[in-house]
Amino acid sequence: MVPIDYYVLLSAVLFTIGALGVLIRRNALIIFMSVELMLNSANLAMVAFSSVLKSFSGQIFVFFVIAVAAAEVAVGLALIVEIFKSKRSIDVDQMNSMKG
Amino acid sequence: MNLNLILFLILALVAIGTAMGMLLSRNAVYSALFLVLNFITVAVFYLLLGAPFIAMSQITVYAGAIMVLFLFVIMLLGAESLPQAEVLPWQRPFAIGLAVILVSEAAYLLITRATSTANVPLPGEAPNTMANLRELGMVLFSQYLLPFEVTSILLLVAMVGAIVLIRKEKRVH
Repeated sequence: MVPIDYYVLLSAVLFTIGALGVLIRRNALIIFMSVELMLNSANLAMVAFSSVLKSFSGQIFVFFVIAVAAAEVAVGLALIVEIFKSKRSIDVDQMNSMKG
Repeated sequence: MNLNLILFLILALVAIGTAMGMLLSRNAVYSALFLVLNFITVAVFYLLLGAPFIAMSQITVYAGAIMVLFLFVIMLLGAESLPQAEVLPWQRPFAIGLAVILVSEAAYLLITRATSTANVPLPGEAPNTMANLRELGMVLFSQYLLPFEVTSILLLVAMVGAIVLIRKEKRVH
């Protein structure tokens, strides 16, 4: 038997690694992948709670989160390709055209 | 120390290791491949939790579709690695400090506030096993029918949006 707390703790650790990736990496693609990792860690916690509470709602939420993540990736990668076309780089430090 | 717990600990090590690999790789292609392995590990967790439908969705949508799209874009742009130019030298230690605070806070809350001693049921005893996949479908298509349809519209909008963003601008003569 695995206590539910272990799953929640693992989810917290994965979320923190994702947040750290967003904070310290400069590559826009890797920042985007870190966001995916954070979404995924939240999904893990939701499925664990759904399993303990013996309810389908958590799993259905995860299903919707996966669908929204797919939509987000399609639009986000299109934006990154556009940014690369105009700036020839996807370094987030270069994206300062609107800096005052 | 039963089999489930040992399996959980090994998988947790793989999941955390691959996440750190994603974070620390200099090459974006390696990061993407580490992330694929992480997603597959999480899919195995879903199987352990008795959620086979979500596990299969995870593998097909995340590890299949999304990460292949990522790899396409990385290789299309040739953006495997960026030159190392640290603009804010204090940013990295500051971010690591914040992350340590975040995870220790979560661990503290889990240890001190944990009132339930609920255990995750074994895959065979879980309510959501393969036999109950039918019930999952019933719930999805009755109680959650409207969100399901809205999701299809969302995917359509995302598809049209991506095409509009990527399309070449028409030259005005």
